[in-house]
Amino acid sequence: MALLEISGLDVHIGSADVCQRLELQVNAGERWAILGRNGAGKTTLLHTLAGLRRPDSGTLRLDGAALDALPRRRIAQQVGVLLQDHLDAFPASVMETVLIGRHPYLGALQWEGPDDYARARAALHAVGLDGLEDRNVATLSGGERRRLGIATLLTQDPALWLLDEPTNHLDVHQQIRILDLLQARSQAQHKTLLLVMHDLNLALRYCDRFLLLFGEGKTAQGSAEEVLTRATLERLYGHPMHTLDGPRGPVWLPG
Amino acid sequence: MSFLKTGSMRPLLLFSGLLALALAGFAWSLASGSLDVGWRGLMDALFTDDAGLHARVILELRWPRAAAAFVTGALLALAGALMQVLLRNPLADPYVLGISGGAATGALLTLLLGLGGLWLHGAAFSGALLSMLIVFGLAHGRGSWTINRLLLTGIVIAAGWGAVIGFLLAISPEQNLRGMLFWLMGDLAYSGTPLAGLVVLLAGLLIALAMGRMLNILAHGELAAATLGVPVAAVRRLIYVLASLLTAAAVTMAGSIGFVGLVVPHMLRLVGVRDHRLLLPAAALLGGSLLLIADTLARTLLAPRQLPVGILTALVGVPVFLLLLYRSRELHGRAG
Repeated sequence: MALLEISGLDVHIGSADVCQRLELQVNAGERWAILGRNGAGKTTLLHTLAGLRRPDSGTLRLDGAALDALPRRRIAQQVGVLLQDHLDAFPASVMETVLIGRHPYLGALQWEGPDDYARARAALHAVGLDGLEDRNVATLSGGERRRLGIATLLTQDPALWLLDEPTNHLDVHQQIRILDLLQARSQAQHKTLLLVMHDLNLALRYCDRFLLLFGEGKTAQGSAEEVLTRATLERLYGHPMHTLDGPRGPVWLPG
Repeated sequence: MSFLKTGSMRPLLLFSGLLALALAGFAWSLASGSLDVGWRGLMDALFTDDAGLHARVILELRWPRAAAAFVTGALLALAGALMQVLLRNPLADPYVLGISGGAATGALLTLLLGLGGLWLHGAAFSGALLSMLIVFGLAHGRGSWTINRLLLTGIVIAAGWGAVIGFLLAISPEQNLRGMLFWLMGDLAYSGTPLAGLVVLLAGLLIALAMGRMLNILAHGELAAATLGVPVAAVRRLIYVLASLLTAAAVTMAGSIGFVGLVVPHMLRLVGVRDHRLLLPAAALLGGSLLLIADTLARTLLAPRQLPVGILTALVGVPVFLLLLYRSRELHGRAG
């Protein structure tokens, strides 16, 4: 059984279609990249898959259960989302922020215990934010805040990770470091990743399946060999594309 | 104040400090007034069966007023903290959505008609509830309930009540104006028994505490909260109703006392209390103590003349808040 089963999915924003009758099976341990130009609806689709937005029609099944019938708390135990931006309306420390990832597992009056703190510290360590536990999140740099968001997701520890441009604000080293970390989790613990990506070459390096949103409801899906051809990518981005031979295979360059 | 430097407050230290402040406030308030009972008289009145004049003044006049001041301040601070999370705006106070305007209109109407006592409280509470329902209904309307829509609806309704209040003041006879102005500025002289307010406060505090962790998460945005399993729409409605009822109870007892609901939560945030499970009960204690101290000053500063306590809350609160704000600049870079 697929972890996430999408059938007959229609999503639109205003009068623009994101996908029509989309059929997609996401199996445990797969790493998907969602590609498309600005405004194609990548984020909207991701929010729909997270149950944050109702599809116009079609069904979403998470581990066999209809997504819209599941309580939010149950969904949060299985699906984690990294949103495009982070919002911190009031002062909070790095430790307090990373601990909110434990919310789906705690009772209403229950406080975070030693196990939750251990997970939080391990997550901060994994993204290289150790030592910043007491810092106010408002004083973090954009890249540090992004890694804190990923650490929060690590403490949530869901089976399905929906990541909206996870490398936003990250420098080259941190991009590789964070994506290496996510890939390692995916391989070691059979975690499933869906990444909205703008960097085609990073997507190619870390993902094994690709979902292309062309706009106007047209989509394509498959492995790199199946869908990442020059003609398809030029249609996807509306821009001429070239390839070079890189150390890990083809490298795509905009013309 | 070494805890300022660490950026995070130890709960035990925080709550023992706040409790000591509250007790000191009560002792001072009960001992102060035109009849000088002294500390000895206060102790005798509280802990012996003495039924003399001192004991009666303290137990029958000063205790209800002190208790009303504390409960009102606690209600306002708690409501303010909840409104700030609901609107995700640190500038929100309990009155921002027009609840006090509705209450004031109800109260002024009864004063204009020459009714008093229970009528005043009943009309103020009804006005507050009416305002709350109007804002809730209009902001909900068709489509989604966004924070800006709620805030704009509340501010416009508050402006509407302001016009009605101005109209009532304009047509009122001279001899009513003074009482009306006191009510508008906030005054505890006619607060009556604080029992109903206390019940609302305790119930509200319990419900708010059970939502505490969700409030922490809501501060990071509604979408993020939803991804972590918070039933956002239901929690938002509950916060709105809760904050409104707390405010309505406070306004009914004492009119529109400003400042407490706005700054008390920030005072605590500035000294490093950020977790709402600690912030909410701490705000109730600090708000209660602050208003109790301010009301005692209002009674005694220009005795026998009594000032509306709303003036004093600002006079006490402004320097305290500015001091904290100034000191917190030293904490830049640390959580605080």
